[in-house]
Amino acid sequence: MSPASHVPVAIVGSGNIGTDLMEKLRRSERLDLRWMVGVDPGSPGLARARRHGVETSAEGVDWLLAQRERPAIVFEATSAAVHEKNAPRYRAAGIRAVDLTPAALGPYVVPPVNLRAHLDAPNLNLVTCGGQATLPMVYAVTRVVPVAYAEIVATIASASAGPGTRANIDEFTKTTARAIEEVGGAARGKAIIILNPAEPPLIMRDTILCTLPEGADRDAVSASILEMEKSVQSYVPGYRLLREPQYDDEKVAILVEVTGAGDFLPPYAGNLDIMTAAAARVGEELAAALHAGSTR
Amino acid sequence: MKAFSADLDVRLTEVSLRDGSHHIRHQFTAEQVAAVARALDQAGVPVIEVSHGDGLGGSSLTYGRSRTDERVLIATAVANVKRAKIASLILPGVGTSDDIRAAADLGVGLIRVATHCTEADIGAEHFHVARSLGLDTAGFLMMAHSQPPEVLARQARIMVDAGCRCVYVTDSAGALILEQVADRVATLVAELGDDAMVGFHGHENLALGVANTIVAIRAGAVQVDASARRFGAGAGNTPTEALVPVCEKLGIRTGVDPLRMFDVAEDVVLPILKDGEPALSRLALVMGYAGVYSSFLKHAYRAGERYGVSGAEILMRCGQRKLVGGQEDQILDIASELAAERTAANG
Repeated sequence: MSPASHVPVAIVGSGNIGTDLMEKLRRSERLDLRWMVGVDPGSPGLARARRHGVETSAEGVDWLLAQRERPAIVFEATSAAVHEKNAPRYRAAGIRAVDLTPAALGPYVVPPVNLRAHLDAPNLNLVTCGGQATLPMVYAVTRVVPVAYAEIVATIASASAGPGTRANIDEFTKTTARAIEEVGGAARGKAIIILNPAEPPLIMRDTILCTLPEGADRDAVSASILEMEKSVQSYVPGYRLLREPQYDDEKVAILVEVTGAGDFLPPYAGNLDIMTAAAARVGEELAAALHAGSTR
Repeated sequence: MKAFSADLDVRLTEVSLRDGSHHIRHQFTAEQVAAVARALDQAGVPVIEVSHGDGLGGSSLTYGRSRTDERVLIATAVANVKRAKIASLILPGVGTSDDIRAAADLGVGLIRVATHCTEADIGAEHFHVARSLGLDTAGFLMMAHSQPPEVLARQARIMVDAGCRCVYVTDSAGALILEQVADRVATLVAELGDDAMVGFHGHENLALGVANTIVAIRAGAVQVDASARRFGAGAGNTPTEALVPVCEKLGIRTGVDPLRMFDVAEDVVLPILKDGEPALSRLALVMGYAGVYSSFLKHAYRAGERYGVSGAEILMRCGQRKLVGGQEDQILDIASELAAERTAANG
């Protein structure tokens, strides 16, 4: 392990998301996961981290920032309210933040769409699970033709929706809709989320609908969609189009399924996997940029 | 038996201007809404629901775009009634609390929050918002056929704790049969006691709307839904013009004048249905039989035409996949899957 190419990072939040993210960061060749902090000494996530040789504490960010060596990047897997308190402290300490909460203090980032544009930002936000699953496809269409309106429907297994999501469902629809416009590039966006309790739990499904201008080149749109599928698959292997893009007089419908990697969370929870996979990808790109900056 | 109030044994909510929206693909005009709301009010209907069929904010490519902005329709209904309260439906995940605030500003007095019957907690913030605005509230446990009474009772408690004043056993698929309604209503009544009321919303997919509603009332429901000319999704809802006289003959006070209601149904609502009334068609029967969300009907019919496959097969597969309300987007996937299977079989 060469310290020059290994950037020290920390995960704040030892719940399901933080634990799944840990499994992904451990595989990274650029990121060195050194710390994981939580607030519950009995947290199974912290115990698992210790087994992996990661330093842990239940004293939260206070402990993390009191260490002699500090992370270059933190991954925040707590809640929007907690991140709002922590973010200024990271910034003061010169630590980059990758925010998996809905706090959205920094720009929205979706790796295959706009990550490179925001590598200098002190704080990067990952939108929502539905955003990570659908915004690449909205962008795949808008990079070919102008889209007046895009709409997404995300269906997730009830078992994969935690209390935070359930208590703040409006936050999902509003944030995702805004990002369809700001990141996806559609003039207007709408987002819908459905929870389905079927057993066995269903795998995350997303439908992306984009209106098309008259005379749009359908072959070019489809080619762009297929290319985007490959781009997302480079960091979310279980991301796939269920069928060819479906066209009618006014729009294209893109049907997607997201199977998780099953690192810690079960494979049906593709909605959570795509968030942690995107976070890991963002971390890697940040690390590469930091490394390039330090050797320039 | 407990009554809704000193004057009414049950309070009737007329849903033709909301559930009916599905049947005409959300093409209501302000003139139609004005005429129906005025006539229902004059017949003594105490609550009239108005919004996109899929609730506030439902206008979309997936569910169908509203011809007229639902806020215009709501304002029109409010302006055309003297006594009736105007209600709006909202499905969390589709509409947001902002839509509730806008509806309240327009004069809506009752917000009905609808979730799939195992997901009540996603509506908690919407009940809070509605109550904080001083609105009456009701909650829909949709697809109530899919869960046993005890599960529904636990979910009903979650709604009531969040500020819901009446929890509806919502037979979205028109799949519940008599005792199945009674068991669910009675279990909710026992769970909620004096904390909240219980309601029933029926569909006609197995031709049991009136019978199921009477059974629900006898089991303790004090709020029920109905729709003139069955104007609603699937085979439509419990017909108001039949429920009202049946209630009168059974000594159940609804406050609605039967003869006037016959006139409203025939003279005001029927002309809107010039392209056909909700019928006990093959597709509607399949929905009742297989337990499919009623508003899938028109979508399945259209997808069947587009892909050259059977609408009934599409709906059967919706049932097998255990789709819930709001998953209309998957009908396209199923239709295209059926078409691909047929091509493979013929190849």
